[in-house]
Amino acid sequence: MSAELIPYITEARPDTGLTNGKIGIWCFLASEVMLFGAFFASYIVLRTSAVEWPHGSAILNVPLATVNTVVLISSSVTMVMAWASLMRNDISKYRLFLGLTVFFGFCFLGIKTVEYSAKFEHGLLPSTNNFMAIYFIMTGLHGLHVIGGMIVNAYFLFAAPSYWEHDRELLANRVENSGLFWHFVDLVWIFLFPILYLL
Amino acid sequence: MSGSAAHDPAEIDKHVRTYVMVFAALLVLTGVTVAVSYLHLEVHQAIAVALVIATFKASLVALFFMHLISERQVILWILALTGAFAAVLLLLPAITNHDHIISANMPAGMTSAAHAPESAAHH
Amino acid sequence: MEARHESPAHKHAADHGHGHAHHEPGFLEKYIFSTDHKTIGIQYAVTSLFFLMFGFTLMMMMRWQLAFPGVPMPILGGLLGEARMPGGVMTPDFYNELGAMHGTIMVFLGVVPLGVGGFGNYVLPLQIGAKDMAFPRLNMMSYQFFFVGGVMMMATFFLPGGAAQSGWTSYPPLADIAPGQTGWIVSMIFIITSSLLGAINFIVTTIQLRTKGMSFWRFPFFVWAQFVTSFLLLLALPPLEVGAFLQLMDRVAGSSFFLPSGLVVSGQILPVAGGGNPLLWQHLFWFLAHPEVYVLILPAMGIVAEVLTNNTRKPLWGYTAMVYSIIFLGFMSFIVWAHHMFMTGMGSGIAAFFQTTTMIISVPSVVILAALFLSLWGGSIRFTTPMLFALAFLPMFGIGGLTGLPLGLTSSDIQLHDTYYVIGHFHYVVAPGTVMAFFAGIYYWFPKATGRKMSETLGKAHFWLTFICMNGVFMPMFWVGLAGVSRRLYDGGASYAHAQHVLWLNGVSSWSAWIMGAAQLLFIFNFFWSIRGGEKVGRNPWNATTLEWEAPSPPPHGNFVTDPVVYRGPYDYSPRGYSSDFRPQAQEA
Repeated sequence: MSAELIPYITEARPDTGLTNGKIGIWCFLASEVMLFGAFFASYIVLRTSAVEWPHGSAILNVPLATVNTVVLISSSVTMVMAWASLMRNDISKYRLFLGLTVFFGFCFLGIKTVEYSAKFEHGLLPSTNNFMAIYFIMTGLHGLHVIGGMIVNAYFLFAAPSYWEHDRELLANRVENSGLFWHFVDLVWIFLFPILYLL
Repeated sequence: MSGSAAHDPAEIDKHVRTYVMVFAALLVLTGVTVAVSYLHLEVHQAIAVALVIATFKASLVALFFMHLISERQVILWILALTGAFAAVLLLLPAITNHDHIISANMPAGMTSAAHAPESAAHH
Repeated sequence: MEARHESPAHKHAADHGHGHAHHEPGFLEKYIFSTDHKTIGIQYAVTSLFFLMFGFTLMMMMRWQLAFPGVPMPILGGLLGEARMPGGVMTPDFYNELGAMHGTIMVFLGVVPLGVGGFGNYVLPLQIGAKDMAFPRLNMMSYQFFFVGGVMMMATFFLPGGAAQSGWTSYPPLADIAPGQTGWIVSMIFIITSSLLGAINFIVTTIQLRTKGMSFWRFPFFVWAQFVTSFLLLLALPPLEVGAFLQLMDRVAGSSFFLPSGLVVSGQILPVAGGGNPLLWQHLFWFLAHPEVYVLILPAMGIVAEVLTNNTRKPLWGYTAMVYSIIFLGFMSFIVWAHHMFMTGMGSGIAAFFQTTTMIISVPSVVILAALFLSLWGGSIRFTTPMLFALAFLPMFGIGGLTGLPLGLTSSDIQLHDTYYVIGHFHYVVAPGTVMAFFAGIYYWFPKATGRKMSETLGKAHFWLTFICMNGVFMPMFWVGLAGVSRRLYDGGASYAHAQHVLWLNGVSSWSAWIMGAAQLLFIFNFFWSIRGGEKVGRNPWNATTLEWEAPSPPPHGNFVTDPVVYRGPYDYSPRGYSSDFRPQAQEA
């Protein structure tokens, strides 16, 4: 109800040059940097204080993860292209690119499912050793973020016609902010992949 | 309008060209990351190389896909602060863990000194 | 519809455009699912006051055991069942439950939600001249997460093994295997989420929704305090959340993040992979928990600054220094945490680092306290109830801060770590410190929220009893700690020969606590009775300068009749040659 009273939802505040949502999403991403930073810090502590630590490539599937890396990077491109299409007032391109982004998300999750089931089949669980434990929790939480991002993107895919009619600026803003979250998810994987799989 | 982009189609086209170039760069760097892993470098070197490449890739995503290169002061300050604290979080626990009191009476298997004999020289 | 783009100047057009101005909210929408920051602030405040009372009750129970070890507790002793209180005497496990939950509830369900969720939500938008928070629905959600987390935390008392009993600090290996911890972790995740959402809201609101003329250097100190606090919450909470996930994995998925190899439990080696590091938890926990203690004190400092300057009829002395200090304090709070870990086998190199940063962080605290003290000089002091609490805060926080110094120095910490001295130190800062500042804030802003003043007579009685008893509870603890009595001991040191001569002090603490508990009834009665029966007041009963006093008491939805414009700094009291002893921020001439 008080949403109508709040300024700077779509137009930037003159002295800061920003909308509320833009600062809001970056604050959220800042907290996520600390979240994943804490995971990486835990990894560092566990690995440096461990008696033995396996090579990721010996246990994990590097080719599959490489494909996943390409998938996520591609989804980042399609995400930003979706936003660019909105800025060009091209709603069909927007839906194509956003749809591709969601599709790539499904691919990522599909490959992760294959990976996880293979691990479980070989009896590799979080309880097996700390390497597996940190692998599961970090990729698991990252996967949850992928799912979250996909849900939000899917919403903007299906709700687009209504926004298109009433408030295109708001849609562009929200898609940009959603895109920032999606890029962050990609960013985390860019670090996760070499650290877990290659080192 | 929020963010850095304008409604001007020419501006958007320039951005799109940048996105495509960054995409290509990211694919190449991903390939390099995997290729380097096959060189079986010594652990510390491998970590350094992997992190340098990953940081570079992450910077491309942050600067161009996330538009940080043209973002406002408020955001940049928040991120700088976050980066500083993240660095502290990443480094200090491991450093603290490594700098420990070594007791001659502790059983050999229980101290990390058994696995990091060079630290004995510091105390 | 263009309404979403409307600047405040077109407010009435927007209202009519959406037709919402004609829609009267029902009971649920107005009181339960409200997105109005004032309603949410009151929800937070009332809920957290309940939790504070509950957490205090837990401690009053503990204090029976400490004053009279092994003696059956009257009344409650027979009510809690044979499992926890056989023959009316609490078991050591139950004592641990009470201790862990007392700490958890007071910090996470009491002080932070009241200081940030309650006071912050209610006062901040008003003080910057905003109509509401930047994200009203997110605000509502953050209260709901807090509420659900709080209910879940209370529900853990009914778990088979009882509630968490490994200290509020939840150290592994114990916390990895002890009962109640899984429930604690899940509740904490909800509570952490609540604070994170709130922090985002506060930061964006402060930056974006300031009214015309309200620059950062014209903020009331309370706003600065909340702003810095929000950054502490935003950036320090996630590592604890990570620790909580890791501990949860250890407990339910059989991982060994915090379990070393070869750990023996009840005579058996634990059948886990091992290779974990218990200290990792301590790093993750204290990385949050140290900034957390500044989250506990900063809003209180903000409140005291407001009440002090208003009741001395003088501007705050050293406002600029205070602002720089609070920013520096917030920054430093991220790099001192391992002073909680000096006794973990830390080497002298890294210990020296944390000792140094800890000593440095005391400087901005001293600057702020000194500025508050100096603000009294030459003031025309009105000894209202809020002012009494605010004045008392100063020496109490001083004692708390000073007693922290020997703890921050590694050499003296060897003797004092994990003793009652520590309990005395941190309680002085939080209980006679923060909680009394909160009382000041409640008496001060109650008229704004309700349009009525609380009774001064009851308030003064409440103040004196509370103030005296606070000292009665916590001052003896320094002596008890120096004598070598460890904290978290079930019998308060009764079985130690070196503690016999200080045991009587346990009785002093306990009786003071029980009297203080009874004294709070005065406050509770005053609070609820004054809502209907208190002296009616207008929009500015304290003759204050800050923007919240421009709005009606209580403010309507949207807060201000017309958007205020700010013409000067926040504390223009007793301006030279002016007709009145205060000139409000929003007054043009």
